[in-house]
This record gives sequence, C-alpha cells and structure tokens, in this order.
Amino acid sequence: MWYFVSPQIVFGEDALSALEELPGRRALLVADPTLLRLGTVERVAAHLRKAGLETAIFAEVEPEPSLATVRRGAAVAGDFAPDWVVGLGGGSAMDAAKAIWVLYERPDLEPAAINPLQRLGLRQKARLATIPTTSGTGAEVTWAIVLTDTDEQRKLGLGNRENVADIAVVDPALAASMPPQLTADTGLDALTHAVEAYTCAWHTDLTDGLAQRAARLVFDHLPEAVANGANLVARERLANAATSAGLAFGNAMASLAHAMGHALGGVFHLPHGRAVALCLPYTLEFAGGESPGRLAELAALCGYGREDEGAAVRAFAEGIRGLISRVGNPLTVAAAGVNRTAYEARLEKLVDDAFNDTQMLTAPRAPSYDELQRLFLYTYEGRPVDF
Amino acid sequence: MAFRLPSSEWIKELSDQLNASDSYARAAKDWEGDFLFVVEPDEGYVETAYLYLNLYHGKSPGAEQVASADAKQTAYVISGPYKIWRRIVEGKVDPIQALMTRQLKLVGDMMKVMRYPKAAREIVACCARVPTEFA
Repeated sequence: MWYFVSPQIVFGEDALSALEELPGRRALLVADPTLLRLGTVERVAAHLRKAGLETAIFAEVEPEPSLATVRRGAAVAGDFAPDWVVGLGGGSAMDAAKAIWVLYERPDLEPAAINPLQRLGLRQKARLATIPTTSGTGAEVTWAIVLTDTDEQRKLGLGNRENVADIAVVDPALAASMPPQLTADTGLDALTHAVEAYTCAWHTDLTDGLAQRAARLVFDHLPEAVANGANLVARERLANAATSAGLAFGNAMASLAHAMGHALGGVFHLPHGRAVALCLPYTLEFAGGESPGRLAELAALCGYGREDEGAAVRAFAEGIRGLISRVGNPLTVAAAGVNRTAYEARLEKLVDDAFNDTQMLTAPRAPSYDELQRLFLYTYEGRPVDF
Repeated sequence: MAFRLPSSEWIKELSDQLNASDSYARAAKDWEGDFLFVVEPDEGYVETAYLYLNLYHGKSPGAEQVASADAKQTAYVISGPYKIWRRIVEGKVDPIQALMTRQLKLVGDMMKVMRYPKAAREIVACCARVPTEFA
C-alpha cells in the first residue's frame, strides 16, 4: 500500500492567469526579498487581486529558511487570517510557505514536529498554492519541507502528505529571468531528483515514467537554457522536467546524493542543487557497484546504454559529470570552494548528518560508516568510486 | 533455531542482535527511549501480544514479552495487526512506509524518532537476522 499525491497542476504559457479563478477572500503571499524587489511578487499579487483576493505579503524568506522565519510567517498568517497561502519562489520560499501554512492551521505544533506519521487535519482555515520561479526543486508538487536548524547547523527533512499544495502554477515565463548559475544549480537538482526517484528503494510504477522523462529532458535542454536563457522552449521543457521530477521523487524518495548533499549544504552552505548534483556521480558509482540493473536501465534511456550493466553505470556517471561541467558547475567539493582542513574537521559531522537524513532510508545500497566517510572524501577529491 | 513471532524468545533475540551490531550502536549512540510493540489480532493470530524492547545509548538493555499494555510505561508504543508485523519481519513491507500509511501506529515523541532514521534501518536489519517462525 502506498500513496501518490499531487496538486492540481496548471502549466505552460500564461499559467499564472489561473490564479484569477481562485475562490476566497484573502491570500498571504510568501516569497523572498529578491522577488519582491524584482517586481515578481507584485506581478503575482495583481493576478490574485483580479480574483478578488485581498493580498498580504511576507517576503522575508531567506535561502535555507530557518525555523525562526517560518514561525514569524505563521504569526503574520495568524493576524491576517488568509484562506490561501501562496508560496512564490524557489524551494526555500515554497517550503517556507508549506510550513507557515501548517503552523497557521496548527499553531499547537512546533515546525520540527511536522512529520509524515500523523494526521494534521489541514485545510480548516486555508489552502495552499505554489508558484515556482526556478526549474528544479519540484517543491511546488512535493510535500517535503526542508528547514534549517540554525543552532545545530543541520537541515531538517520535514513534511506530511497532507501539506502538498492544492494547486501548483508552473508558468515557464517566471523562470526565464533566472541567471545562468541559478539555472544550472536548479536544473541539476531536477536531474538528481529524477535519477534518485528512479533508483531509490521506494520507486513505483507510478513514479518511474515521470523520472525517466524528467532525466531525459534535463540532459536535452539544460545546456541550452544555461547558455541562452531567452530560449523559452528550453525554459518550458526544463520547467516540465522539474515538476515531473518533483512528482517522481515526492512520491518515491530521493536517496544517497540527497543525504550527502543535505549534510554538505547544512555545514558548508553550498546551494542545494549544486551540492546534491556534485555528489550524484559518486553515489551512482557506489550503488552501481552492487546492483547496477535499474541504473543501467536509466542510463540507456538517457543515451548511455552499454552491453555490460556496470559499464553503463560508469558511462552514466561520466555523462552526468560531463553535463555538470558543460553548465559550469563544480565536480568536486574542493572545486565548490570548501577548504580541505575545514572539510576534514567536519567530516564526522557530515557522516552523522547524512546517516540521519531521511533520504538515507531509501538508498539502493546502504553504506557503512566507513564507506560513507570514503564517499565524502572521494567526492571532495573527485576520485571515481572503486569500492 | 527459529524463534516464534510473537514471543519473549523472539524479542530477546532481536535485543541480542542489536547488542551485537556496531552499526546500530553508532546510529543510536544518543538514543534514549523504550518501545512497546503491540501485535494486534487478525486472521493470522488470535491474541494481542505485547513485546517490550528497551533501547539506550546504542544498546538494548532488556527485552521481554509482557502481559498487557499497562505492564510497562514506555516512551513509544507501535501497534498494528499481526499480518503487518509478519510482512515487516519477512522484509516485504518497509516499516517506515507502514508507519507513513498508518498500517502501523506510533504513539510517542515523533520529533525525536524522526531524527534517527539510520537507527530505524539498523533495527530492521537486525529483525531480518532473527530466524523467525510465524504463529
């Protein structure tokens, strides 16, 4: 028994106009200060006002949003009493919006208590809409919430399937203004979601097709979107890839690259997409060393098929490294700018945090402590995994 | 030798497996909290069984079958029908998925338990190492 959850998804050119059909009286828009400054918040608010919704704005979400930020947002929601919470932005803003909505509905909960094991009883006060301005996180369609415990320098993987959005509006025009670096980071995040959703222990028939298609779309369109951001065809295909990958991993799971990437992001503040993608070739080599079957299958679908399954996995890992290089991203933790001494000093914490990340549960090959430590070292140095 | 599920012998063997596991010891080095596993009756098992498992700082200091839910006041209670427990021990159902779909119900500090996924995985691995015969 398992579930497949999804919002209603409005996607493609002019999808934002669907906001004009939202019923209700008040909407709280949750975003970050940059989108406020760029006028994107106002652009969305104008659509909400056309629906007759009085609109308030909480534009204080920082990258890697903290528990304190979502508590502040929930207090704003409590005062404003919206019947829609609208998350606008990248994964940080949308995840913050999910948490703010949950805490507005359930002020008795601590943010860290938002877990998948209990009934939350949401939708008594409001509903949730999500609007991505990047193409990668998939947060518009997932129920996962990643917040940062700033005291412990640790990312918290939270969420409950009830807190999936009611409606996700994926308008590729919103992502068209992303600079190349952000396009690369988020696009590689989508690729990592797709690959890990396909290969993780909780994949299902309902998620496999979405993951396959999403991986292929990223290979085919990310380099063009990075090189020529004005190419709206590439932008739209990447937006679709990100949402498809989000549906896939949101209903399966991710795995080892995400566990390691979360740990790296928590300690060294690497952007999420950059961190998980640079780990991905190494974790594929590691997983493929034991059971290459599904990885080889996905490799073939992405153009890296080989007679020998192990060779296919290695070619796929190299293909991903090639894509990462082509879009200008680092292939190693060292190249991402992390000092070796600092890295070694935090290695034990990295290993512990990765082990206690929920994504570790579904790794197709579970590493031992020693193996995970070696994986972190290989990922630092850029050594293909040989164990 | 196989141990019958549910029984005192089975839960004690699980406790022994945990105490022999370095991976569990490290994953649960800070864990404090005992469990009561409640096996509810269904078509495969007609009684309710209560299995107590103490877990503390990476070790399992004790385990036994007890007569009732009141026999031990534990930090956590996980309950579910016999067929789900059986499928978990057989490796056919992931216990985390069983909790997420509420085929198993957990009572206790969920914030705390969610921070130890590696320890949960190690417990499942130890379950798989207990030679089991089913009631």
